[in-house]
Parts: sequence; structure tokens; C-alpha cells
Amino acid sequence: MRPLMLLVMAIPSDPATYLSWGWLSVSVPNLIAILVTISLFALAVLLPFPKGRHGSGDDR
Amino acid sequence: MAATAAHRAPTRQELLEREAWHGPTRRYDIIKEGVIATLVVAVLTILLAAVFSSPDDPPLTFQGWATDMPDDLYTTAVAELAGTSESATYGPPYNDGGQGQALGPITPQIWMGVHERIDPAYDFVIGPLQTQQQPADVAAALTQWTSATADQQSAWTSAYDTALNDPAGANGDPANVPAGDYGPVPTLATGLVAMGASGALDGVLAAPGQFYNTDNTKQILFMGDGGYLDAAGTANHLQGNQWGMMNETGNYPGQQWLAPASVWYQLPIFNSDAESGLAATLTANGDIYIMSIVGIITLAMILLPFIPGLRGIPRLIPIHKLIWRDYYNRKTS
Amino acid sequence: MSADVVPGTPADAPASWIGRLRRLLERELPYEKLLPEEQPAYVASWIYVFGVLTLAALAMIILSGCFLAFNGPAWYHDSQTGRFVNSLHFWSVQLFFMFMLVHLAGKFFMAAWRGHRALTWIVGMLALVISIGAGLTGYLLQTNLDSQWISFEAKDGLNAVGVGAWFSVTNLGQVMLLHSFLIPAVMALIVLVHILLVRIRGVVPPLDAAKADAAAASKATGHQDVA
Repeated sequence: MRPLMLLVMAIPSDPATYLSWGWLSVSVPNLIAILVTISLFALAVLLPFPKGRHGSGDDR
Repeated sequence: MAATAAHRAPTRQELLEREAWHGPTRRYDIIKEGVIATLVVAVLTILLAAVFSSPDDPPLTFQGWATDMPDDLYTTAVAELAGTSESATYGPPYNDGGQGQALGPITPQIWMGVHERIDPAYDFVIGPLQTQQQPADVAAALTQWTSATADQQSAWTSAYDTALNDPAGANGDPANVPAGDYGPVPTLATGLVAMGASGALDGVLAAPGQFYNTDNTKQILFMGDGGYLDAAGTANHLQGNQWGMMNETGNYPGQQWLAPASVWYQLPIFNSDAESGLAATLTANGDIYIMSIVGIITLAMILLPFIPGLRGIPRLIPIHKLIWRDYYNRKTS
Repeated sequence: MSADVVPGTPADAPASWIGRLRRLLERELPYEKLLPEEQPAYVASWIYVFGVLTLAALAMIILSGCFLAFNGPAWYHDSQTGRFVNSLHFWSVQLFFMFMLVHLAGKFFMAAWRGHRALTWIVGMLALVISIGAGLTGYLLQTNLDSQWISFEAKDGLNAVGVGAWFSVTNLGQVMLLHSFLIPAVMALIVLVHILLVRIRGVVPPLDAAKADAAAASKATGHQDVA
């Protein structure tokens, strides 16, 4: 097929900003979502959890 | 974490894991936790929705295609008549025009057979033209087409399709096609573009003559055969080899969770221009190869508890020591 | 143990199906297990809240989805309210997958399938797979450029593996009914089974808990305790 103009009036085209390193390409919103997910995991594992009241189970 | 041999007594750890917990406990209200979680998520969702809204790029129409890329619609219409378009050569489930994809001897696409028969020449061009009154020249072209034999139609369409797409000649420009015996084909294509520009094609394509329709297969197949939908895909970073599977239109997050599936479409071996050899085979059958890879990975994840090596990773990367540090460090009272 | 004897019947009468079911539930899932006021002491990490956060996000998805379903798939294009509800649905889906992936990672690193909990893991993974199907059909239902593109691309993958004849992503009617009814019904069932399995089996004890217990005991008594 012969080369076609990409930006044609009726085609909706307001894409996000994309960051590329070689074959890797990620949109800024996606990158934020991925970083938030990883951060949530890290925080969940690292942050101290409130000490609870002892239950009725044996303390061995 | 090794599997229990049938003739070995379970270790204390294994007993601990299997039996109900009789050790130290703490007060923990899972209902209160659930209610708090629901409130937190509700507030978070409402805030995100209010601040960022959501993407909604309007759909493409045939009227848009005919208005913005009329030559592209024209050449696509010719390809449909000639049986050279992607839809015409797709194979099952739409027609017998092609063999579809194969993974060596495994050919599920052929096995599933034709279930939604589509004949591009009729369904995309002739049929829609016939649904409404056409200008005299188009009407005459339709008559000439329908009264010709299949062989004659074939001769006209392949001659015109070849001439129109000749890179050394017309190269997709209808104004530059050399004279030849093309029958009614050029007029039919012109008529279809005009019908598209009027907006009539959008309404009529899906189910000509019918009142209800909930199946958009014909529209999508036809639109995908040309460059209009393709251009929109590229402009919005949605192509397979643009990580498109995980991208979204507009400035919004997409489907990051599909990254393990999307990554394969970036590999050069699935995007090769080679005419023959392994790369050519993998590129032509990319979907079935990649779906198989993703399927195997998914199966491995589902059956992880039974896969030695993989199920041992938590011991190699001991994040559990952080998670349970309070328990490990406790002293008995 | 309560005998398989129903009052008023001969002692050798065969156990009824319903009786067997009731006794099974009384044994495996008594109310104390279903709605406990306590958890084992090792349930003391923020990682444990991501299961219920995922569930909460799913509840938001379903709630916003109900409004979208009631008003039809074209509503949100033209209505401000519709656009807002669609945004609720969009963002709760984002949160759902985020929380679910953190939950998955947590359960993986805790090797949570130990102690006869493989089924819990498998059902959870099935929930993930079905969620992806729900997501796909949802994106297809948008009736905009994105859904045009996704239907065009996804059909190739499904046709290539031989299921496209029955699961036609270009068929809006099928997609709509799958997304708004069939898939959520299956999803609800899977999630229910997943949660009940967690309640029945209890939260998995820590890796090396036995070793840690022995070490703690020997610290307390002052000499090595052979485990």
C-alpha cells in the first residue's frame, strides 16, 4: 500500500506522551500506574502494621 | 515446601500448615476492614473520576473515510471486488478465501470452519450499492456487473486491481490508471465512495434490508481492510508493535496487566519483512504463536503450586521474611 | 460426633443428601470460621488488606456497571452524568487490577498455596483470567474508536486459536451480554468460592513458622528444643 498521511482531520488523535528506550515504549499514564502498583507492594510489605489486641489463641 | 512423599510422616511445618491454627491470635474484624476498604475505594474512585474523567474518542465512520481518504476507500473497494483484500483472503470463520494461521500442523482456524459467511465483493460493495437508487452510470455499472459471468467479473477486477496498485504506474491513484478493459469496476468504486461520503454506507452495511442489527462484523472487516482505521491505530499508539495491546486513547492509563502478552508483539521475529524462512512464518502466524506462548505461561501460573522450581521462588526471594517479621521476632510470653 | 440419625427414623436409615451437606458445612465452615473475630497472630501486615481492597474495587465496578447497563452503551457519550459514571467504572477497573496484582504478588511470595491451599490459588488465578475476559468485553462495549480498534485486532487472536467462530468480538450484541451478564455471573461465583476457601482453610501460616516457634520456645526455656 502506498504511504498514507497519518494526521487526517476526522481521526481522533490526542495520544498520551510516550517514553521510549529501544524496543521499550510506555505511555506516561501507564508508567505511573505501574510505578504506583510496585510502590503499593513495597509499602505494604515494609510499613509497620498496628499491633493488635491478643486474641484467645494459645501463646506458644 | 517439598511435596509429601506418601511414605514419610509430615513435618511439624506441614502439620502447622494443614491444620486449623491453634497458636497465638489477635483480634481482627474483617467486616470492619471490608467496610473501610469499600469507603476508601469509593472515595478514591470518585476523586479519580471527577478529576480525570475517562477516554472516549469518537468512532470512525465510513463517511469520514470517504471524506478524508477517498482514494484509500476507492482502492479498498476495488480490492474487495477483486478478492485480494485481507477480508477476502482471511479464511474461517468468514470465508474460504484463505488458510488462516497455523502452528505447524495445528490449524484451529481451519478446524473451526466458516460460521459467519462474508463475501466481501457482495457484502461490502455490490449489496450496499443495490440498496438505494444510484446515479445512472452507477446503476448501469451494477447491471453490467450482475449480468456478467464470474470469470468476466474476475478478469475485470484483477486487471483493474493490478493496474491501480502498480507501484511503477498508478500507485493507488485512480486518476493515473492507464486505459484498459476494466468493465464497470471503476464506476462501481466511484459510486461506493460517493455513497460513503453521503453517510448512507454507515447505516446500510451491517444488515441491509433489516430493521435490527447488533453485529458489526461486516463494518469492522471492511474498514480494517483499508488505511483509515490503520492510520487511527498508528496515530494512537495502538498497533501491536507499538505495545498497543496495553495502550489507551488519550492521556489515560491502558491495560498495563496485558504487558506479558503485549511484549511478544514487539519482538523482531514477529515483525519481519522476510519473504521466506522462520521469521516469515512466525510473522505471518504471529497471533497463534503468541497466544500459545501466553496460554502456556497462564497455565504455568495457574498450576504453580505443582511446579517444582517455580514454586520454590518465594524461598529464593525471601520477601516473606519482611511480611512476617513481627511473628518471627516475637518472644513467647 | 452427631450421628447420621435423624430423629424419628430407624437408626440404619441412609443419610440424606441435605443432611450430609449440612454436616459438611457444620464441620468445614461453622459460623466461627465464616465470621471470625480473630485471626492468627501472623496476620499482621498491610499486604493482607489487598484481597479486600480488590473486592471493594470489584464492588465499585459492579455498582457503576449497573448504572451503565441500565442506561445502555451509548448513554455515556452524550450525557455528563453518563460520562461521570463511565469514569467511575474506568477508574475502579484500574484500581481493581492494581490491587489484584499486589494481592497476587503478596500471595506468591508468601507461597500461600501451602497446606492444601492449592485450590485457593487456582481459583484466584481463574478469577484473574476471567477478569481479563471481562476487561476485554468491556473495552469492546465502549462503542467508540478504541472498541473499533480492539475488535479489529482481537478477532485475529481469537480466530487464530479457533474460538473466533463462537466468540465474535465484532458482534456487539454478544459482547454486551457476555460483559454485562454472563461473565459477571461466573466471576461472582469464582470470587465467592475463593473467599469461602480462604475462610475454610484459614490464612496460611508463615514459611518456617515451626522453626520460628521452636526458636522462640528455646529462647524462653534457655535450651535447644529439638523440633
